[in-house]
Amino acid sequence: MLWFGSLLALLLVVVLIIGAMFGAERISLTELSVQQQAILFDIRLPRVFLAAFVGASLAAAGAGLQALLRNPLAEPYLLGVSNGAALGMMLAFVLFENVEFLRPVMAFIGAVVATIVVYQMAKSRTGMTVERLVLSGVIVTTFLSSVIVLFTSLLDAAKLRSFTFWLLGDLSQTTRSGVYLCLVAAVVGIIVLGSQARALNLMMIGERDALDFGVEVGRVRLLVFGASALLVGASVAASGSVGYVGLVVPHIVRLASGSDNRSVIPFSALAGASFVILADLIARVAIAPRELPVGAITALIGAPVFIFLLRRN
Amino acid sequence: MLEAQRISILFGQRTVLNEASFGLETGEIIALLGPNGAGKTTLIRALNRTLPVAHGEIRLDGKRLAELSRREIAKRIAVVAQENETKFPVTVLEFVLSGRFVHGGAFGWESESDIEIARRSLCDCDLSEFADRFMNELSGGERQRVVLARALATGANILLLDEPTANLDLAHQALMFRLVRERCREKGASAIVITHDLNLAAEFADRVLLLSGGRVLTAGPPAEVLTVENISSVFAVDVLLDENPVTGNVRVTGLF
Repeated sequence: MLWFGSLLALLLVVVLIIGAMFGAERISLTELSVQQQAILFDIRLPRVFLAAFVGASLAAAGAGLQALLRNPLAEPYLLGVSNGAALGMMLAFVLFENVEFLRPVMAFIGAVVATIVVYQMAKSRTGMTVERLVLSGVIVTTFLSSVIVLFTSLLDAAKLRSFTFWLLGDLSQTTRSGVYLCLVAAVVGIIVLGSQARALNLMMIGERDALDFGVEVGRVRLLVFGASALLVGASVAASGSVGYVGLVVPHIVRLASGSDNRSVIPFSALAGASFVILADLIARVAIAPRELPVGAITALIGAPVFIFLLRRN
Repeated sequence: MLEAQRISILFGQRTVLNEASFGLETGEIIALLGPNGAGKTTLIRALNRTLPVAHGEIRLDGKRLAELSRREIAKRIAVVAQENETKFPVTVLEFVLSGRFVHGGAFGWESESDIEIARRSLCDCDLSEFADRFMNELSGGERQRVVLARALATGANILLLDEPTANLDLAHQALMFRLVRERCREKGASAIVITHDLNLAAEFADRVLLLSGGRVLTAGPPAEVLTVENISSVFAVDVLLDENPVTGNVRVTGLF
């Protein structure tokens, strides 16, 4: 397993360098003009690091939720957790426009509420089937989307365009505070998820098994839901709803390293960081100098993987 | 070791278990018999507190079960439940190691001794070559043996087994009971086994608990409990009783 972790770490370093070098303006890292320095340090690096933190957060949250819900199709975006955060963010934006710190707080609250609602809807007396969970996610997602659309009608044209881009997942409006926020959330969230990894190995087999073999199921559920909401809330506040990262990345990691969450969670974080940096690179250069939202790229890759997984189930 | 005092369990308004009392002694194997829906699985689930008890009390080595943490309970009581399918590719060894959960720290990886214990219990259950296979590739009977191997790997000294032989061939039924009996005789463990095979119960159990409609109808040595009257009233079927010519234990034949 060590070789796989080292490989992913190496990949991340390479991808970070490539992400910093390429874009609308190509930057050679050895000779920098003053203008290029400004591009690199003020725009490109913060953006690449934000992509890394968002990718790590979403992939780790996906891996954690999948084990907790015993469902390889669980994903923050598909469960409506991302949209919950987006609505929270939007409410903060509309109701308290000048209080910037409220946005991530409201995004977190939105993520928590959406998580609880989906979980309660999917739960039935006979347990929770894959289909029930996916359907509940679809319902919550579409409901929240329509509420968000209603709110966008309150925005003026200029705000509307940036908001629509943000909703699709967009890293072009990276701010330093967003980068720091995501760094802190990623570190805290991933450590909490990692601390529950061994319990999640039992939860993944079955909730009954977990209870029988000494897992405090309620506490694990609370910690994993809380950590995922933190990871997703911070990511959405900084970059909108980047979808499918939490689905694609843990799936590929499991193929390579097996299902033990003590490796799946950290490896997903590493691989997720690389994945979003690369997706954002494509978003920046595909139709340069114009940009695509990064969420469109991740969805283009992720939707076929989702269909593949659903068929195999 | 384990003592239930007049415990009742409710599902909503319905009483599933009604004032059941019994004790499990060190080294003892109790067979839990009764028709479908008699409350057997419910009783077993209450005994490791995965179902709440509405009235009455369960004591584990004199301590109230309600006051122990899940970890403390799992260290003492291991369960072989009816099987459970996972959507993720988990290997047999990983599955058995999950039984060592309570012996590690939160971040903890398994120690060498955990892995050795898991391998030994796989070997005991005739599963040595299966360690690296995936659980969802195994047959029902093989999976059931893995589930037993996990329970044995916990090192717990009370085993609760819910129809452990349902999918097993004759040889592996014998293996399963030999393993459980060894644990009880040699290591001071004890076991409660749910089964529908009255003859198996007569052969291996020290005591039989006959459950019907959520009540403990009668309890005692197999020869005392397995009478024509008890069996035909609980299972509503005529039976013939005689003696097993080899072991001398009571033998039940259903007359259909």
